[in-house]
Amino acid sequence: MFEHAARAVEAALAAGATYADARVVIGRSEHLDAQDGELQSARTNVDAGVGVRALVGSSWGFAATSDLDADAAAARVGAEATATAKASARVPGAGLALADVPVVEDSYETPHHESPFAVPLEEKVAVVTQATATMSAVPGVAVSTAQLMFWDIEKWFVSSQGHRIHQHLVESGCGMDATAVGEHETQRRSHPQSFGHVETAGYEMVREHDLPGNAQRVAEEAVQLLSADPCPAGEMDLILESSQLALQIHESVGHAVELDRILGWEAAFAGTSFLDLSQLGSLRYGSELMSITADATIPRALSTFGYDDEGTPAQRVDIVRDGLWVGVLSGRDSAHLAGLEPGGMVRGDGFNRMPMVRMTNVGLEPGEGSLEEIVADTKHGVEMRTNRSWSIDDKRLNFQFGCELGWEIRDGKRTRMVRNPTYTGLTPQFWASLDRLAGRDEWKPWGVPNCGKGQPMQVGHTGHPASPARFRGVRIGVSG
Amino acid sequence: MDADTSDLQRLADDAIDLIQQRGAAQAQGSAVEANVRATRTRLGVTRFANSFVHQHVGEDTTALELLVAVDGRTASTATTRTTPEALREAVDAVLDAARQQPPDPHWPGATPPASIPDEVRFDGATAEGDPATRAEHVRAFVNAGEGLDAAGYVDTDASWTAFASTAGQRAAGASTRATVDGIHQTPTSAGSAHQTSSRLADLDGAAAGDRAAQRARDAAEFTDLDPGTLEVVLGPEAVATLLTFFAVYGFNAKMHLEGASFVELGAAQLDPAITILDDPEDPRAIGLPFDAEGSPRRPVTLVEQGVSRALAHDRRTAHRAGATTTGGAVPGGESLGAVPLNVRLLPGQRTPEEMVASVERGLLVTELNYVRVLEPKAQRATGLTRNGTFLIEDGEVTGAVSNLRFTESFLDALAPGRVLGVGADDRLADGEFGPGMVTCPSLHLAGFTFTGGARG
Repeated sequence: MFEHAARAVEAALAAGATYADARVVIGRSEHLDAQDGELQSARTNVDAGVGVRALVGSSWGFAATSDLDADAAAARVGAEATATAKASARVPGAGLALADVPVVEDSYETPHHESPFAVPLEEKVAVVTQATATMSAVPGVAVSTAQLMFWDIEKWFVSSQGHRIHQHLVESGCGMDATAVGEHETQRRSHPQSFGHVETAGYEMVREHDLPGNAQRVAEEAVQLLSADPCPAGEMDLILESSQLALQIHESVGHAVELDRILGWEAAFAGTSFLDLSQLGSLRYGSELMSITADATIPRALSTFGYDDEGTPAQRVDIVRDGLWVGVLSGRDSAHLAGLEPGGMVRGDGFNRMPMVRMTNVGLEPGEGSLEEIVADTKHGVEMRTNRSWSIDDKRLNFQFGCELGWEIRDGKRTRMVRNPTYTGLTPQFWASLDRLAGRDEWKPWGVPNCGKGQPMQVGHTGHPASPARFRGVRIGVSG
Repeated sequence: MDADTSDLQRLADDAIDLIQQRGAAQAQGSAVEANVRATRTRLGVTRFANSFVHQHVGEDTTALELLVAVDGRTASTATTRTTPEALREAVDAVLDAARQQPPDPHWPGATPPASIPDEVRFDGATAEGDPATRAEHVRAFVNAGEGLDAAGYVDTDASWTAFASTAGQRAAGASTRATVDGIHQTPTSAGSAHQTSSRLADLDGAAAGDRAAQRARDAAEFTDLDPGTLEVVLGPEAVATLLTFFAVYGFNAKMHLEGASFVELGAAQLDPAITILDDPEDPRAIGLPFDAEGSPRRPVTLVEQGVSRALAHDRRTAHRAGATTTGGAVPGGESLGAVPLNVRLLPGQRTPEEMVASVERGLLVTELNYVRVLEPKAQRATGLTRNGTFLIEDGEVTGAVSNLRFTESFLDALAPGRVLGVGADDRLADGEFGPGMVTCPSLHLAGFTFTGGARG
């Protein structure tokens, strides 16, 4: 496949590109969905093709084809990528250049114990049907669903600077939820988190998260929520369990520090950022407990790989250190423009999407102690678990989250379950209120498999390690 | 480029033949059924930011989707590898997977023969998707906002599809879409404009750019507004986002079967001024005359003068409900359910200016952004205004306000007595979730609950 990619790169250069790279991608995936004890769908997918990126002046041109069988196809898309970039000259900007990275020939494979595609289908089907059957047997549950999802992706990357990198990435994920339906509303509980949790790992992660073993609890909590009191409203302490905190990091830190957003490249759709590069190194993002890294080397975290889709090695980058904003998520072009080191954070969703800045494992370094200690130390507040909704403005400043379940805490004890818990805030003020952070024992690298960005839309897989935390004086219980 | 789909029809027919041959060879006496869809997508997107083209992409992908049932046990696969060898591998694998499944209680059988409306919304020049032509539209958009900072995209999207089933259904068609979607920005504001059509030649980049630039300049000086419930005039893009939530969470028959939809058929749930169709016959509609299951797309009245009348069905939900498919099948519909694909809110008689003139104090909202459902049955959602939010006082737009967060039940917002006006300005509007799905006008609503400013 290296030859196929090389042919495309050569054609792009011959057509006039100043730089070109190509990725041959053969991606295989499997999704199993069950509902109410029945298998709802068993789907596999093979997504294979070559995508070529060519730089001419101020614009990238990108072309992709699913034709991996005709030699001429690779050369054709290479030339098309350059021709497309040249057409951009009708609306030109300043010339684009790339920051230097090591030119390597290398290979990488996700460490994993048990290939999910080698596990008998019957065994995998039993996990989701048994889990949903257990949930559906709980009186009051209207709908129960469970999912397993697996990816096996091979990439061959070739650049005009000499990169030749082969990667074999394996991802496994699972999730389930129970929905109880009342007269005017529904309540849902999920496990391990809403929309499923995914890791760079084999089938071992499915066994560890034990869907059938958690099904009874999840279903009972969904039913209990229907008769729970509404979440109290007002300013009070907020405790987030780690999967909700992971999404909070994703939305209010991860996207905000994407350099392409800061530079305005995503302004019309995803938006920009409240951050300005002139503030890098001086802006206080949060309290001194807040240290965020983007680390593509964390074992099993969802955005762990050997190289990004520009051939830049996976690395750990400080984003926020002791509350101070110190880093961004970048690629070779954006880093060069901003005068920064490239972070190796550019990836594409399959062969037919142009790589762009994507989060790696953007997570909060752990603190000390435990969730139970934080609860015991809280006079009045709400502990919120598992995301149910998320919304944030186009500058990543004003957010509102809803969670599946809340517990009101008074004098260090969980006193009552509350439904429809929500909270809202402004990013820097919210992070400045972080005053307790649990330790490494409760630190988990959550995986978000549904991050949308770009036009045409690309779905990214991102990781967000976090442990439970407390925020003081947050506006809780927002209602319309 | 033409609308010929004969190569895809051959591919789909070959796949059906192979499924029947291999299925019979592997297990004699088994009942093997299948739906097959062969598609070719040709997509070109010219993205611009900071007033120049920075990302310019093209894609040409052929794919095959196979849904098979062996003695009522189902499995599906999709692949971009369409060589004879790859096809054989895919067929063997999906048949093997199906045999290992438990029986599928909701399998409605392979799609039976049904005639497909003879409607072609395909434009060869749009399908060609010449990058230079798209870039010219971008240039016109950018030049319309001198001194402003432009961002957005112009795209051309063409798809060719052929469907075949073991039950004898065959359908083929092609469609195109082109969109200009962009903003102009001042240092303190942004204004947007959108146009979508089945023909690239229908787009007017300069007019869109002019509209966006005017909105941005009008919003450059703004004030912060306290949260509260205010009368609103929602522009078509904002209305399209509301309608998308109704479509996905309400008129989706699967959601209804599961008790998670607000829809009560026969009940007056919305204001009498509201009539909503799933209208594939609208001349402006984008897409094919058949759905992902190869069933004809049928016009359906979802809401008639405020009364909920019907749901969108695919064959799977129709089988469960004892109903007939409306042609609402989408890829992945086993989990997602059926969705009205050409949502159309019928227009009224009033111009947007007339609606603004009847507001004593309220807001003119151009777009809603990052809207997410809090509770689907109540259609309660939160999100923000974007790209032009203006204060109306005594019937006139008196200035811009900073973006606001809302937390609102869309069902309550359009409840009987709450719709004060329906615009005559209906068009294909780009809601937050993409272009080409919703045709709607502006709406004047008695109240919309804003729960905070974007700045605090």
